[in-house]
Amino acid sequence: MSDPSAPPVLRMERVSKAYGATRALGDVSFDLRRGEVHALIGENGAGKSTMMKVLSGAVPPDSGRMTLEGRPYAPSGPLDGLRCGISMIYQELNLAPHLTVEENIMLGREVNTGGWLDRRTMRARVRETLEFVRHPEIAPDVPVRKLGVGARQVVEIARALLARSRILVMDEPTSSLSQEDSLRLFEIVRRLKEQDVSVIYISHFLEEVQKVADRYTVLRDGRNVGSGTMEGTGLDALIRLMVGQEVKEMFPRVPHGRGETVVALYGLKGTRMAAPVSLALDRGEILGIAGLVGSGRTEMLRTVFGLDELEGGALVVSGVETGKAAPWVRIGQGFGLLSEDRTGEGLALSLSLADNITLSRYAPYLRFGLLRLGRQEKAAGDWIARLKIKARGPLQKVLGLSGGNQQKVALARLLHQQAEVLLLDEPTRGIDVVSKAQIYEWIGELARDGKSVLFVSSYFPELLGVCDRIAVFHRGALIDVRETRDWDPAALMAAATVGRAGNG
Amino acid sequence: MSGRPKANLQKALNVLGPFIGLLFVIAIFAFIPEVQGRFLRAANFKSVATQSVIVALGALGMTLIIISGGIDLSAASNIALASVIAAYAINAGAPPAVGLVLGVVVGGLVGLVNGTLITRLRLVPFIVTLGMMGIARGLAKWIAGNQKIDAPMTWVNELMAKSPRPGWLLMAPGIWVVIVFAVVMAILLRYTVFGRHVFAIGSNESTARLCGIRTNGTKILIYSVAGLFCGLAGVMEFSRLTVGDPTVAVGLELDIIAAVVIGGGSLSGGEGSILGSMIGVLIMSFLRNGCTMMGWPNYIQEIIIGVIIIVAVTLDRLRHRQES
Repeated sequence: MSDPSAPPVLRMERVSKAYGATRALGDVSFDLRRGEVHALIGENGAGKSTMMKVLSGAVPPDSGRMTLEGRPYAPSGPLDGLRCGISMIYQELNLAPHLTVEENIMLGREVNTGGWLDRRTMRARVRETLEFVRHPEIAPDVPVRKLGVGARQVVEIARALLARSRILVMDEPTSSLSQEDSLRLFEIVRRLKEQDVSVIYISHFLEEVQKVADRYTVLRDGRNVGSGTMEGTGLDALIRLMVGQEVKEMFPRVPHGRGETVVALYGLKGTRMAAPVSLALDRGEILGIAGLVGSGRTEMLRTVFGLDELEGGALVVSGVETGKAAPWVRIGQGFGLLSEDRTGEGLALSLSLADNITLSRYAPYLRFGLLRLGRQEKAAGDWIARLKIKARGPLQKVLGLSGGNQQKVALARLLHQQAEVLLLDEPTRGIDVVSKAQIYEWIGELARDGKSVLFVSSYFPELLGVCDRIAVFHRGALIDVRETRDWDPAALMAAATVGRAGNG
Repeated sequence: MSGRPKANLQKALNVLGPFIGLLFVIAIFAFIPEVQGRFLRAANFKSVATQSVIVALGALGMTLIIISGGIDLSAASNIALASVIAAYAINAGAPPAVGLVLGVVVGGLVGLVNGTLITRLRLVPFIVTLGMMGIARGLAKWIAGNQKIDAPMTWVNELMAKSPRPGWLLMAPGIWVVIVFAVVMAILLRYTVFGRHVFAIGSNESTARLCGIRTNGTKILIYSVAGLFCGLAGVMEFSRLTVGDPTVAVGLELDIIAAVVIGGGSLSGGEGSILGSMIGVLIMSFLRNGCTMMGWPNYIQEIIIGVIIIVAVTLDRLRHRQES
């Protein structure tokens, strides 16, 4: 078990890392003791994943030093990190779905004599390891794709154990697990501790973190804002550390008023939604949707827009009940969706800015069925100027633009489309502060012009700064909707992470 | 603004790239003394153009499919099937025009089935059209009773005649058909909503869906149009051979695909042009023509065309890397 006087297994000292002008980590120091579970918590973008990338060797730090078992540690890459005994278990599992459990666990470490596999030895080791993690029921010769998410995670852990890892990093391990699987995972974590394995446990679910972890470290804006022992530390204290002091001027507010209900969801349920959702959106309203990644917000937006199939409930648009509808029908009804996956879905990267901006509405440029390219180009040029998009011109491919400018192109398409109801999924993810402030202002202007906005975000300060009302999702269900003035940062964080709102 | 002229030069090179390749191929044979005299004659150019008609018609449809991110392996089988249908109808006493239309329509139907299977069964185009390659070829052989179908000579057989009647046409009517449809398709791709949707689907199908494009309907239309072109190519094949031959054009789908790729089409979708594909067709035809005149054996031609495909695509990738 962890012993405070023993030297730490891992020590990070004043580690810094910047991506261009954005500082991801600033002078972060961190100790990990032998056989402890250390929780790493913080909001999205606080620097947790950058810190783990530095630890695993995926990115080199700009400055600072690390020691592992008292010796200097400077991994040349993820493989080097793994060789030094540090294993990562990511949210998206890194398994080959077609290979069997055994093949996955032994992948790259096959026991062999002169290239011939020693199946008997391998089978014995795999069984031994699966027994150790209390999952002997997992058959070694079943292809991994036939296993559930929980079992796959166990396979990953077994893989890390067979690699004789001394340090295990678990990134949001329970976010897609059932209650029962989560409890079994905690049991495995306890057994790992008994074997003197140290675990860095990253999770947004604070109650779970309290149960599992011995100590915690909170990151905010790339800095370590507090470490301590979990015993005797309350949820409130953790939330306060995560949220910190707010900068209000970041959010320019445009005065706007709310009108009649434009869109109403009555027990709306899509094929990928965990629970039905009821919600109403008014004309000229900005309605924030808070929650953790994977809490069901995106699935709701996609069901409304017709990208996911609707399987129950009703969607009432301007007083008219509508059933299943494809995206092109929803666009006709005035909807527009900004995808959270900018490069995978939001934009056609190999097409020009002009094509991307006008793709959802060509009508203004048609005459006798033919496009007037000059007009299309000019209109796109106007949007580029209006949204201050940095590009060589409307005919440049979107591929070469920076993330912030790409996001502006995606937004320009919704504006050009003249959508009345804008479904924005993480519209400010991964873009710089100046562009963010601009986007907040445009959202305000849209509301002033009588449009309605559903604003999904994992970054709660922006929801508190921009929205009229905020709804919170937790583990697939909408659990609370309130006027923004009735929320405060701590209550919002508590609702999203614990599943019940505090008293505000 | 020193980047401007450079960007313009880049753009010019993109358009002219395949064209320069074509001139290069022609120049090589024009400077070889043994063939110079015969190669550079108008009659030879006309015969090269006539030999290109069938691949060119196939490439018009294939360009559409490849830009949309798909592939059609059944093109050549479809051409054979259409040629058999046209011969069968005319042989059975149908007016030549009816035979021609039937051939084209059957080609279109094969494309319609391709598109429907790809969208409804959510199968990749490679698999569906690989299956259709066998199905269409088998149907052609079945209908033809596994032999050639003779048909009486009609005006349809003059579509591919090297010296056309009336004489003012100058070239085989088939060549004019290709030119007209190439212009129509180029306009369709650049100046219509359908054309922009084809590019959008090939560039990123999810984005296309997000922007309200009816991706399934558009894809079915794409494969149907390509099928119609295969049907027309089949009629031209019948016109050239004067018989309906179910074993004709085996492997021709690869020539068609090669032409589109040499002309700048990307197998990952979102890129390609009609002009480029047509130049790609001519590059291959001139190479074959020149090699034959040199008296080089067939296998040398095959090796050279193989090298050309790899070189053309490599150059294309280098250009892309510079762009991004």
